[in-house]
Amino acid sequence: MNILEVEHLKVWEAGSGKSIVHESSFDVRAGRCLAIVGESGSGKSVTCRSIVRLNKSSLRQSGAIRFKGEDLNALPFKALRNKRGRQICMILQNGMSAFDPSCAVGVHLRETLKRHYGWGRGEIEARMISAMESVRLKNPLDVMNSYPYQLSGGMLQRVMIALALALEPDLVIADEPTTALDTLSQFEVVEQLIGLRERLGGSMIFVSHDLGVVRRIADDVLVMKNGEIVERGGVSSVFEQARHPYTQYLISTRSELGAGFKTLMKGGVSDAQR
Amino acid sequence: MLSVRNVEKSYGRGGLFSERKQSVLKGVSFECASGECLGIIGESGSGKSTLGRLILGLEKPDGGEVLFGGEPVGSPKRTAGSLSAVFQDYGSSINPFFTVEEAIAEPMAGGGFGGGKKRREDIDRLLLQVGLNASYRSKYPHELSGGEAQRVCIARAVSTRPRCILLDEAVSSLDVSVQIQVLRLLKELKSSLNMSYIFITHDIQAAAYLCDRIIIFREGRIEETMAVEHLKDVQSAYARKLLDALITF
Repeated sequence: MNILEVEHLKVWEAGSGKSIVHESSFDVRAGRCLAIVGESGSGKSVTCRSIVRLNKSSLRQSGAIRFKGEDLNALPFKALRNKRGRQICMILQNGMSAFDPSCAVGVHLRETLKRHYGWGRGEIEARMISAMESVRLKNPLDVMNSYPYQLSGGMLQRVMIALALALEPDLVIADEPTTALDTLSQFEVVEQLIGLRERLGGSMIFVSHDLGVVRRIADDVLVMKNGEIVERGGVSSVFEQARHPYTQYLISTRSELGAGFKTLMKGGVSDAQR
Repeated sequence: MLSVRNVEKSYGRGGLFSERKQSVLKGVSFECASGECLGIIGESGSGKSTLGRLILGLEKPDGGEVLFGGEPVGSPKRTAGSLSAVFQDYGSSINPFFTVEEAIAEPMAGGGFGGGKKRREDIDRLLLQVGLNASYRSKYPHELSGGEAQRVCIARAVSTRPRCILLDEAVSSLDVSVQIQVLRLLKELKSSLNMSYIFITHDIQAAAYLCDRIIIFREGRIEETMAVEHLKDVQSAYARKLLDALITF
């Protein structure tokens, strides 16, 4: 069963008529994770945002976006707003700009949960604390009382994941959640995203340009170039037998970056055996 | 050539009149030889960028000293242009009102690099060296992609024929496919121009690709130093953790 079906999605600039995404069609199957990979400017973030119609007002979109059979593109704004967050949750790249800088993180969390579920203060706090503990944030109360600038990028990313856990959405859209993080936080966040999928059993769209992370987390993959989908398929089949030259280029450059490190580490294994 | 001796740095914390200080660098010492590529690896907030600013002489250390070729950095005696920098944010590194040509020529205006026709030839050669053609001369920064802008920054950094370039997260915000192109370029330039690099990053894979020696930096201290060939035999628990957390392809 497909949870999301996107057909002939087109996104263009209203002023110049310049096309950004041309005629994309893809499905997300229930319980699966679809990764969208490509270089910056390939239209992967725009595709994600157009699913929940969060693109800038200067961009226009057409096509059908069916979420559980309902066309999001035709839905009135208010009805769509009830779906955002509760049924489709987004995890963004930059934690600093995802939260309101003028109030504590907890205010944002409380507002979101109250809007969608109408819970009281006590219940929200209890649920957020258990969600934050499950993403290994220490002292959840302190975190909720601090402002975004007081937390690190990795912590904000985990707060967003905790909120997604509490909202229990059917579809999570993660737009480059690990790109701005250093090695250790990247590892933690990827582990938590995998955990999130296990706990919710839901579907996910995962956008990244790092094929290493994609291989770790995703089941299916879409390769985008200049607003067009050039290759699609299961992760292992695409990465092992890439047909499109662009996919081959992405894979070869990624392998070259890791190759030096891998040979150094392999030397370690043979040394240990000796 | 570059030697950092027992450097300390702390910043005031908690308001204008507060006495509270947060110590960022706690007694850091290391040397970088001529022609060496030294990687400094650390998490965000470990103080590695502060260390970079001290090396460049953009800030003064609270204790200890940074010597470049025997002279303290930032002193007028230091040969101008012998230490360059490339930063992470390629978008804000180039003056938006400058063309590529003006941006590259700016550090050369310090003197000793000729003018007029020779200057123009030099710029063409520099652009060619970083893999761009002469048609880029009249472009403005907003017309460049991330990788192209970073190449212009590298061309500008090598324009004064420095003995050492400090690269602070120079490839981290680029796409993986562009990262490798910039790293390849840096490797080529290093062998042809005989410079040292100080490569500050959080990405061990990029450091392993480029560097000869690696310093693992943690909370303002050097945790471990090793030659890149010995990366596999790291001693400290923290360095081991960093290596294990790396997601390879």
